[in-house]
Amino acid sequence: MATEILMPALSPTMEEGTLAKWLVKEGDTIASGDILAEIETDKATMEFEAVDEGVIGKLLVAEGTEGVKVNDVIAVLLVDGESMDDAEGAKAKGEVKASAPVAADKAQSSETAPADGMEHPKPAASAKVADTTPDWPEGTQVKSTTVREALRDAMAEEMRRDDHVFLMGEEVGEYQGAYKISQGLLDEFGAKRVVDTPITEHGFAGIAVGAAFGGLRPIVEFMTFNFAMQAMDHLINSAAKTLYMSGGQMGAPMVFRGPNGAAARVGAQHSQDFAAWFMQIPGLKVVMPYSASDAKGLMKSAIRDPNPVVFLENEILYGRTFDVPVMDDFTIPFGKAKIERAGDDVTIVSFGIGMTYALAAAEKLAEDGISAEVINLRTLRPMDTETILASVKKTNRCVTVEEGWPQGSVGGYISGVIMQEAFDHLDAPVLTLTGKDVPMPYAANLEKHALLTVDEVIAAVKKVTYR
Amino acid sequence: MPPKKDAETAANRANVSAEELLGHYREMLMIRRFEEKAGQLYGMGLIGGFCHLYIGQEAVVVGLEAAASEGDKRVTSYRDHGHMLACGMDPKGIMAELTGREGGFSKGKGGSMHMFSKEKHFYGGHGIVAAQVPLGAGLAFADKYLGNDRVTFAYFGDGAANQGQVYETYNMAELWDLPVIFVIENNQYAMGTSVKRSTKSPSLWERGVAYGIPGEEVDGMDVLAVKAAGEKAVAHCRAGKGPYILEVKTYRYRGHSMSDPAKYRTREEVQKMRDERDPIEQIRNMLLTGKHATEDDLKAIDRDIKAIVNEAAEFSKESPEPHLDELWTDIYATEVPQEA
Repeated sequence: MATEILMPALSPTMEEGTLAKWLVKEGDTIASGDILAEIETDKATMEFEAVDEGVIGKLLVAEGTEGVKVNDVIAVLLVDGESMDDAEGAKAKGEVKASAPVAADKAQSSETAPADGMEHPKPAASAKVADTTPDWPEGTQVKSTTVREALRDAMAEEMRRDDHVFLMGEEVGEYQGAYKISQGLLDEFGAKRVVDTPITEHGFAGIAVGAAFGGLRPIVEFMTFNFAMQAMDHLINSAAKTLYMSGGQMGAPMVFRGPNGAAARVGAQHSQDFAAWFMQIPGLKVVMPYSASDAKGLMKSAIRDPNPVVFLENEILYGRTFDVPVMDDFTIPFGKAKIERAGDDVTIVSFGIGMTYALAAAEKLAEDGISAEVINLRTLRPMDTETILASVKKTNRCVTVEEGWPQGSVGGYISGVIMQEAFDHLDAPVLTLTGKDVPMPYAANLEKHALLTVDEVIAAVKKVTYR
Repeated sequence: MPPKKDAETAANRANVSAEELLGHYREMLMIRRFEEKAGQLYGMGLIGGFCHLYIGQEAVVVGLEAAASEGDKRVTSYRDHGHMLACGMDPKGIMAELTGREGGFSKGKGGSMHMFSKEKHFYGGHGIVAAQVPLGAGLAFADKYLGNDRVTFAYFGDGAANQGQVYETYNMAELWDLPVIFVIENNQYAMGTSVKRSTKSPSLWERGVAYGIPGEEVDGMDVLAVKAAGEKAVAHCRAGKGPYILEVKTYRYRGHSMSDPAKYRTREEVQKMRDERDPIEQIRNMLLTGKHATEDDLKAIDRDIKAIVNEAAEFSKESPEPHLDELWTDIYATEVPQEA
């Protein structure tokens, strides 16, 4: 049977084109790879090559013809001594075929099918009903521990538990950690598992993702998350997307951790909160602990999680002390917020260092007779919106608190969820408190002003409670 | 590009068996016919988006796969169809991924640039130029950590060779003696920019010298030369001596992607390469002049491959589009996919 040569699509968007010039004539013998014609698309003039070998039986579209539709038969190729009679048959058949491309039909049916995103489960959210069980059983002995020690203990416990877990980063080994989070780990686990890297974030983040593909469980320490910007491509494009792009065949079970957010007097390039950035990415899990028990329980869960986890710590919180349960294996599941303080008049939602403002404000508000419920989100993706909504349905008011910038903030997302899911329960607009919309200044007075204050939280609560 | 015929290649050529030559011929022809078919399906609108063909570069992957052993790993860029065929992935699954169907290697969710096979130790299929270089070193890091003797082939192009992360990776790979072979597939054009217009370095592999990594230039149109160089590199890595660089001089006949008008080079330049240096024709001539095979033998192979490619194309059209529920799967794992 003669072979039809169809008008090719020469770009992702081409639907028709101009057959500018034929470079073969009827009766020519052609081989695979020979250039048949020049075709003009909306973008460029392209050469069109033969796929099969044979003799050009007929050119069906004259050169110079504009608006030739993709998949129209433009020529007929005769193979193995065929005649033009075969070619005529092929032409008729080709026209029928070209008018009913299988893929286009299927694509249309997909688009018109009821594919409303809202109908589908949110992949990041897990619990449907707010889980209010305590983090550890009542009566468990607790030990006063800093966030710094809690993080180190969590990594050490998991490294003892699974020899595929290793830590890599700048100054994590011999220096014992730029912020002393990895203190003692080199001594216990050796240089094979506590790997000092050169200053080369893009490179070592990529190597760590590759190691995760290869069966290991890397923990990557960024000295601060500001430097993770150099490695952003591997977090987003390599770590977060591979499971999906591979149809579930392989992924990157690993933790990217380090201090995030403003420290003190270190200027614009070293003082920023990336929570909202990372929270947007399907395929990443995003954790931002507040207390030492959060840090320990969530870090252990992060290391065991079969997905890439961005674990955002805070330099100012490293030295703070909290109770941590004395248990053989204390973990906190992702997607479970903690009600740090129960209340009836207003819900304050925060996470990480934002909790220090939220709790201090709640304390002062109590003196004024305003009872605030304070929710510590702990994980931003998955986010426990059930606990937020249950609380807002009780208090009818909500204020969110974070150090990051206002546009595209975590609070903005929460506000949207509340508006869509609990609109009728609101007695006031949700107020979203953030850091100021400026790069962080160095001057002490300006820096103080760029950050959140407890007074701002109090003022916002008074505004939504109409006091 | 003058043909490179050093003593080692000549020696290898003298010892090569008819069976081996036929194997190379078959595998290279499979890639070429598959890619031609992919180009055809693209033209018919059955393949969408970007589609980067490997035609002209077949000897590179076929030669290096001949030097690899079971368990060795490979990772490459978006021009990945040839690598997948060469490491034994099913042409049906590759073509069906190109058409975005359920039967594709990524269930239709990856496309031309993003396919993987745990079974064949093929780790993608990466769309960000040079990202696969540290990923490949990471795979080698894992093998060294686990104490096995596997080797990783990290393929990248002359364009990627100008990315900073390549050199960050060279530094750590040599520092930690990682068993990774950096394969620079120098096809002389980074999309439309020739090597001459992007660097004054006389050679790309020599940049590794600054990091203490040995390497060499290889004639990438000669599958036997590629295989010989691959064996040398593999031996170096398996002996625990760290990474090795192969700069394989090759040539792509088609445009960068399907939508590339290729105005940055002359038609004569391409035709000259096809006429004088084609890797498949070279082996074909060797087979015929050495009386290792007859025209009829080769015709039988051609027919066989055409049938396999046509079967893959049919499968890629008949396989259904993924179910809409697939939109929501494989975003998060509930357990780690087990290493094959």
